[in-house]
Amino acid sequence: MRFRGTVTVALKEGIFDPQGEAVRSSLVSMGYNRVSRVRMGKDIVLTLEAKDSAEAHALLDDMARKLLANPVTEFYRVKVEEA
Amino acid sequence: MKFGVVVFPGSNCDADAFHAIRDAVSQECEYIWHQDTDLSGFDAIILPGGFSYGDYLRTGALARFSPVMKSVQKFAEDGGLVIGICNGFQILLEAGLLPGAMLPNDVLEFRCQWVNLKVENNRTPFTCKYAPGEIVRVPIAHHEGNYYAEPHILDELERSGRIVFRYVDEAGVPSREANPNGAARNIAGIINERGNVLGMMPHPERCCDSLLGGEDGKRVFLSMIEWFASKRACGGAELSSGAVPGGSSTATSVAKDRS
Repeated sequence: MRFRGTVTVALKEGIFDPQGEAVRSSLVSMGYNRVSRVRMGKDIVLTLEAKDSAEAHALLDDMARKLLANPVTEFYRVKVEEA
Repeated sequence: MKFGVVVFPGSNCDADAFHAIRDAVSQECEYIWHQDTDLSGFDAIILPGGFSYGDYLRTGALARFSPVMKSVQKFAEDGGLVIGICNGFQILLEAGLLPGAMLPNDVLEFRCQWVNLKVENNRTPFTCKYAPGEIVRVPIAHHEGNYYAEPHILDELERSGRIVFRYVDEAGVPSREANPNGAARNIAGIINERGNVLGMMPHPERCCDSLLGGEDGKRVFLSMIEWFASKRACGGAELSSGAVPGGSSTATSVAKDRS
């Protein structure tokens, strides 16, 4: 079966995110002063073959641990949908 | 002594490193394409600066899986000297040959400037030609040099003398102002537990000639040459346990946390 996987990667809580901070500061200077915190991350969207969604999930988890995220500084989340 | 400079797609300090080895310290040097895997005949490997794989995903993350890196890992395990400069340091971190990771500079700027470094440990194969605590001037040029590791790893690095270079002011103080990128504890360069793999953000290869504004970097390579010659004189003895003060077998291994 064909699946669409989304791996979301972002800096762990507690690690300063200068990009998020720069965006927050711009938003506030635009007048959105109700914004107190911005964290940035990225979505990596993959299409892959797997026998079921559990296998797709396991494969994506493996890829995230080995390459897509750096476990020292980042966390990741895996989402799987039928493509 | 024969040096090899690895060339990844996007490396751009490979020629500088080659020039430093061949012309400034007069040693044999060859380029190694990232798809080559045969490192036989080389005595030291340089992972140069640049933007390997366009810095896509994370700096060093894709280069770490280049075919040559398996051989570099083996070369390091066999006790060979490996130095990663700037992007080379980032690759060593991603490969788990050194602990920790790089974050974007806290100032969100690409920093291209001269910095003062304190030689925190001169009992390494890369720094034995410097005086203990010597302050040297070396250029940096990076956007992601904000060294990060968990506090217990930083403590372990401190304890075992594995912080080799720190950003300091002219008086030698590791102040916040002297830190160009937000690196934890002003860390500019660290060494592995065994003492044969060094990663540093500043560029010693860019200051091996007074024509280029300074030659404080030259002694990194002269140290490697001297260490290699003394090792050869001792019949190829392993790095002595005294090379990294405190870096004894009791120190916890922190170099494999990405494996």
